[in-house]
Amino acid sequence: MTQRKIRVMVAKPGLDGHDRGAKILARCFREAGFEVIYTGCHQSPEQIATAAIQEDVDMVGLSCLSGAHRYLFPKVAELLKEQGANDVIVIGGGIIPDEDFKMLYNAGLKAIFTPGTPLTEIVEWVKNHVAPRS
Amino acid sequence: MEKEKAKKIREGDVRTATRLIRNLEDCIPEAKQTVKHIFPYTGKAHIIGLTGSPGAGKSTLTDALITSYRGKNKTVGVLAVDPTSPFTGGAILGDRIRMQKHAEDPEVFVRSLATRGALGGLSNAVGDAIHILDAMGKDIILVETVGTGQQEVEVINHAHTVIVVLVPGMGDEIQLMKAGIMEIADIFVINKADRDGAQQLHALLETMLNMAHDFPGGWRPPVIMVENIFDQVPFRAKIAELAGKINEHYGHLKDSQLLVDRLRRKMMVEIKEALRTLILEPILRELTESGEFEHMIEKLISKESDPYTLIEELVKRLKKDIRSRSSQNK
Repeated sequence: MTQRKIRVMVAKPGLDGHDRGAKILARCFREAGFEVIYTGCHQSPEQIATAAIQEDVDMVGLSCLSGAHRYLFPKVAELLKEQGANDVIVIGGGIIPDEDFKMLYNAGLKAIFTPGTPLTEIVEWVKNHVAPRS
Repeated sequence: MEKEKAKKIREGDVRTATRLIRNLEDCIPEAKQTVKHIFPYTGKAHIIGLTGSPGAGKSTLTDALITSYRGKNKTVGVLAVDPTSPFTGGAILGDRIRMQKHAEDPEVFVRSLATRGALGGLSNAVGDAIHILDAMGKDIILVETVGTGQQEVEVINHAHTVIVVLVPGMGDEIQLMKAGIMEIADIFVINKADRDGAQQLHALLETMLNMAHDFPGGWRPPVIMVENIFDQVPFRAKIAELAGKINEHYGHLKDSQLLVDRLRRKMMVEIKEALRTLILEPILRELTESGEFEHMIEKLISKESDPYTLIEELVKRLKKDIRSRSSQNK
């Protein structure tokens, strides 16, 4: 019987190998009933964008703790757009200073979550803002 | 519309293809209409199944095989299946982690699927997903099952060549004698063969194979030992050996009656699958929506009826419906 499901990808761009948070979030999304593609650490924005397209995800969650988010996050959003996948929602998380929020939103990110955010808040955000596409 | 989509897929459009797979997973009825226009263009790819216990190294071997086939300029499609939670319906699809180095190669298309309750180690959408990759023109299609136990043998209904991946330390020879997954291998891989117990496993497996007095079509499954991936040179040599055996097996299928046998088995499954989606599911949907399903459950609990009587009555009613509909059409 017809059943739409939210598909999301959790990815870690760049050289940062601290994936505890990303893994916990992936697990949390699974428990919320989403299908979660996890691609592991050390991904280039190109790898992430291609994987997101091949997997037909509704949302990409990027995690970065190294400070390179100002380049990596917008680059993923840009590559998705370039390949006609601008309907894929991009969100970000990690150690992100307040003053960077504006440029990330301008680059197309739809939400940014920083350390201390309750997991339930992120799951709720996804449920409210991401609809499985048809 | 459906024809247009099918054409795009045949031209290799990844977005259309992956979306169609999704619509099939989600059981959107129109998706099957598109498959109608794809089916005539299938049957060219060599479909290879990989199965084995969780953590045996299926994804890593899949990745190595992609590299090997790309080296021979073959295009590759991968369908990687991981389990759906029976409680939340969610899934972690993590096979792709091992294959990400091919993400920027446009000739490699990797798609992860969740089982969504299917029991045979695959997803119900996998048969059609294979057709889609086939129609896209992929030379090789690698189908990776969920981590399997003993009994998830569904992959033989879809693949030409089945690779069963074993690792040392998973039990004694009785495990190798059991029915199920040990019977479906066209090729055995003993992975992580640098670990303790690998030689013993190899010997036991060979003994088991020697006891078989008859192999279908005369193909005795070869056993390939694959050692430590971090020792790249010998690892790659083993993968080359594996790719060689896979190719040899395909040749053997083509030269014997076996390819036709497998094709017939595959088509049988396709018909059963179509019966399920086009007959069983619409009936179930109607029963659920009309509330009759609930009534049936209550009748069984109260022992007012039994399952067979209930369905016999239903079948009678459905037959009558069909007859009156066809007489109206006349």
